[in-house]
This record gives sequence, structure tokens and C-alpha cells, in this order.
Amino acid sequence: MPKHDTPLLDELEKGPWPSFVTDLKRQAEKKPECFDILGQLELSYRDKVTHWKHGGIVGVFGYGGGIVGRYSDVPTQFPGVAHFHTVRLNQPSSMFYSSAKLRDICNLWEKYGSGMTNMHGSTGDLVLLGTTTPNLEPLFYDLTHDLNQDLGGSGSNLRTPSCCLGRARCEWGCYDTQNLCHSLTMHYQDEIHRPAFPYKFKMKFSGCPNDCVAAIARSDFAVIGTWRDDIRIDQAAVKGYLSGEFIPNAGAHSDKDWGKFDIKAEVLDLCPTGCMWMEGDTLKIDNSECTRCMHCLNVMPRALRPGLQQGATICVGAKAPILDGAQFATMTVPFIEVNPDTEFAEIIEVIEKIWDWWMEVGKNRERVGETIMRIGLPTFLKVMEITPTPQHVKEPRSNPYVFWQEDEVEGGWDRDVIAYRKRNAQ
Amino acid sequence: MPTIEHNGSSFTVDEDGFLTGNMDAWNETWVDYVKTVEGITEMTDEHHKVIEILRDYYKKNGIAPMVRILSKTTGFPLKRIYELFPSGPGKGACKMAGLPKPTGCV
Repeated sequence: MPKHDTPLLDELEKGPWPSFVTDLKRQAEKKPECFDILGQLELSYRDKVTHWKHGGIVGVFGYGGGIVGRYSDVPTQFPGVAHFHTVRLNQPSSMFYSSAKLRDICNLWEKYGSGMTNMHGSTGDLVLLGTTTPNLEPLFYDLTHDLNQDLGGSGSNLRTPSCCLGRARCEWGCYDTQNLCHSLTMHYQDEIHRPAFPYKFKMKFSGCPNDCVAAIARSDFAVIGTWRDDIRIDQAAVKGYLSGEFIPNAGAHSDKDWGKFDIKAEVLDLCPTGCMWMEGDTLKIDNSECTRCMHCLNVMPRALRPGLQQGATICVGAKAPILDGAQFATMTVPFIEVNPDTEFAEIIEVIEKIWDWWMEVGKNRERVGETIMRIGLPTFLKVMEITPTPQHVKEPRSNPYVFWQEDEVEGGWDRDVIAYRKRNAQ
Repeated sequence: MPTIEHNGSSFTVDEDGFLTGNMDAWNETWVDYVKTVEGITEMTDEHHKVIEILRDYYKKNGIAPMVRILSKTTGFPLKRIYELFPSGPGKGACKMAGLPKPTGCV
């Protein structure tokens, strides 16, 4: 495959940020189809339109997803991308790798694919970009037999779960996100590989409300770590921050002079509930009023730690705008223990209650967040066997269109208009 | 569009091997052809039942049924459907039934 002239793309080799164009040109020396990737992209830059055809259904036997089919609409011009399927590999929790594993994956991908990847897709998968249909089964065979590595999810199913790096290297991890992510991924292999849902369903696991995998925005089922006892305060370390020995926010703002650390301005006055105060140089927190927003911990990580009674909050129903508008996840379970000793049975129970309901009542291509909107949060909570609490809403409804169950109203709904007329003549 | 020749019949298909055009091009020769490319060793009554239900549903509703509805109408759990059609209900059964290619974020 010949090189193509790419004057527009060549512009993107300038500047300090790592250039994907330079990388692709380097890869093209080994895998000439990458010249055609560049050629077709250059054409798209000129035409301002994509040159991939609509859709594509390819896969491996036994699975209903995992591979995204793609065909060029200019295959004679760019034969190297006539087939250009994307293979999703299930990534290890938090994406820790050994160079040996990555080398194995690269060798395999240079054998069967373009050598181009996406590290990683937004859902978390290690994405192998560009191969042909006949290569799919041999690639899958080697992946599973030699690399002990499976595909990720695609289609109307459970997509590849992902998590923040959690306790692997963060002092705020309120549960072992990696263990939960890995365990549920293994537990739900069938749901990942064989689409059985009304639409896609995603899970993400964050160790604390900083939410480093954006679970609340990008997963139908978000498990976000928290605690329910008191923030642990190391008063000596608080003094360290006051004296300037420790830098606030672990030095995150040291590229600019923000002046001397001012605990009142930077912590106490920014606390969303105003539940913190100083007595001399002792920091006090009224934990009953704390919403665990993480701000004070983020500013003074050496002095403040999450409490010891740790667990998670489960929020349900986040989605992108299509069809009914974007949604963040709705708080559903305020606090749940994340218990590896029960193999996370409590969390699995919550998931299955959602699925049982959504698989029954969810319409075709309706995300669970839209099902909740359509049918209502009260019904959803009833299905979940959760007693509604004030924490389930940001504010009570302002309209008076309140539904009652018939058995909640004395006398029920069967009324006799003749009896009414006896009391109220026309 | 590529053409497929099988046992004397010819079929117009897309890159993924789905029948294009209306569903009238479908016949038993097509079924026999798909069998050879979708990892099916022997056609059984269960295969035919799935195909028949898919075609009826499509004719009536103009779309393929949701997986759940297919399971309910056939009485086959998803596991059984994958045993019958290794590529699954979309790539396997719908292709064999002559339905249009599934679309969307797949």
C-alpha cells in the first residue's frame, strides 16, 4: 500500500503534544495498511464527512458482541481499510499491566491486525483498531489460548465494567474497587458476552466521591465509596498544614502563588454544609452534618482520612442525551457494605433486582435511567424493596399531581354518583 | 453489493453476509447456505422454529423482536439459542431468517 499525500494531517505533527499522525506514520513502516488509515482520514478531513459505511455485524462464535464491524466506503482507493473491525479486550481492573503482557498483546495484534490501538476505550476496554473478518476467529483463539485474555462487551448487554485504581494506590479508597470490579466481571461473563438486555448496561466502581472513573455520569450502575462514621483527624498534621510544613492539596496548585495556606478561606468557608470550625489550632468537624464531599480531605490528605466504617453508595441510571436527555445517576442505596467475604452477595442482589425489573418493563433501546423516568422513582424504589427516604430526592416535588394507591385511601375508588347526587342536587 | 452463489441460486448480500433488499429473496437454499457459514452442523426443528418466529414477527411488526421476546415466544432460553446459533440471535438467527442487519450501537 503506497503512501498518500496528507498535507492536512501533516499539520498535526507540529506542536508539543504527542502526535497520533507521527505515531501512525511510524507504525506504517511495519504495517502498510496504516498508510491507508491516514489516506482515508485525510480524505475525511477534506470532505468533512466520515468514510466508514453504516454499521457492521461481525463477531466470534459463542459471543453476541465484543467486536465492532467497520467497512470503508472507499475500499478501492484504500484497500488496507476495506475491513477495519475494532476488537474490544477486557482490560485488567484499573489498567495495571506488566510489559510482558503488553508485549504479548502487541505481538498478537501485529500478527492479526493493523498494530493500531486505543489505550483505552472510554468504557475501559483495551481497543484493537483495525482487522479483517477472516482474522477474527484466529485472533480470538490465540487470545484465549495463549494470552488467557477475553473480549469485552458490546451491544445490548453488560458492557465491560471498570473502576478507579482504588486501594492499589489511593488512601481514600473506601472499598476494594478492583476486587469488586473483577469479581462482578467474572460473575457476569454471560451477560457481557451474550446480549440479553433491552439496551446497554454499564457498571463503574469508584473508591470515593471524587469518582475518578466518573461512575455517576457514565454508568447505569455506579458504586461510589463512602463512610458513615467520623472523619479521622490527625491534629498534629493539621498544625503541619497551618505552619506551612505540608502543602495543601498535596501541591496540586503549586504552579501559581496562591499565598500562605488559609484554613478558613480554603477549607472551613468552602465546606458545603459549614460543619467545620477551629478551636485554637484544633480542627473540629460536626460529622453528623458532613455530606462526605471530600473537599477537606482533598486539601489536607495528610491530616484527614475517611472514617473506618466504610462502604459505598449505589446510584442508578446515568446516560448520555439520546433519547430523553442526559442523566446523572440517581442515589438509590445510600449505604451498602462492600463485603468480599460474601462474594459481594449484597451488591449482586441489588443488581439483579434492577435487571429483573428492567428486562421485563424496559422498552427496546431504553436505558434503565429512562425506564425509571418513564415509570417513576417511587415504583423503582418499590421494585428495589427500598423504603423511600429524604435522601432519595434533592428537593420534594413542587407540583401537586400526587398518585395514591387505592388501598391507601379510605373507601377506595368505587364511588356511586347517585349517592353523591342525594347529598348534592344538580 | 457482493453476490453469493449456492446450489444454483444467487443472493445479493452486504459485507456482513446479510440478505439485502426485501425478504422475498429468502428460501431454503439461503438457510442451507447460512448454515455453512454460521457454525451450524445440522438443522433441527428448533432452528426452523426460531427462524419461523423471527420471520413472522418481522412481517407483523417491521422490526426484529427483542431477545427477551424471542426467548419467550420460542420457549428457548438465550443459552439454547446460542447452542443453536453460535453467533447469537442477531448475527446467526436473523441472518438465516433473511431479516435486515441489526443496527445501532452494537
